[in-house]
Amino acid sequence: MANPTRVEINCETGEESIIELTDAEVVQMEADRIAFEARKAEEDAAAAALAALKASAKAKLVAGTPLTEEEAATLVI
Amino acid sequence: MANTYELIASVTANGSQTSIDFSSIPQTYTDLLVKVSIRVTAGGANYTGYLTLNGATTSYTGRDVMGNGSAASSNLRNYSQIYIGEVNGAASTSSTFTNKEIYIPNYAGSNYKSVSTDSVFENNATTAYAQLEAALWSNTAAITSLSINAEAQTLVSGSTVYLYGIKNS
Repeated sequence: MANPTRVEINCETGEESIIELTDAEVVQMEADRIAFEARKAEEDAAAAALAALKASAKAKLVAGTPLTEEEAATLVI
Repeated sequence: MANTYELIASVTANGSQTSIDFSSIPQTYTDLLVKVSIRVTAGGANYTGYLTLNGATTSYTGRDVMGNGSAASSNLRNYSQIYIGEVNGAASTSSTFTNKEIYIPNYAGSNYKSVSTDSVFENNATTAYAQLEAALWSNTAAITSLSINAEAQTLVSGSTVYLYGIKNS
């Protein structure tokens, strides 16, 4: 099965080339893809944790109960 | 205000490519402007768009501000490529594309290169992205090539990238 390709245009000549990725580039691409997914999962988890902290802080403010330092930090600008 | 605004080159993907690259960029302009309209075939809703300069994988830093339909945030983007915002995947509304405008002033000079991007991710759903990115490539080389990709996923047929040169005289 052929490797994926990239398209490259030479801006001086206008020549457009379809270039098949090398095996090494495909291996690197897969490694990058795994790294991208891991990083995205980390970022999503961090965003979800922050949202949960903010929700908890808001609920405690409304109820008049003490906030943790971490929850208070989400409210300080 | 730019005195001239010229199309250097444009590329339309045919549905089997993972990146769109421009090489031998002429050094005769003051600034570069890249207009991007892309989508990928992969099954998720969104993928991350990247720009690389001269094939480099180091010395990039960046920050963005973004809204995602439910919250606003600011994020560091110190990656091995320049972050240019989210890109539509197959799970986003069909036939919608992300549209981006990337500005690179003084690309042929010997200072570090700044890159600013505004990006929108079209989607008929709660989650959609509007983003502004500021990035720096801490390298003094003139920019002679650039490449656009989205997590190395296959770009759908009809994805386009236009490269313009801008002169101030």
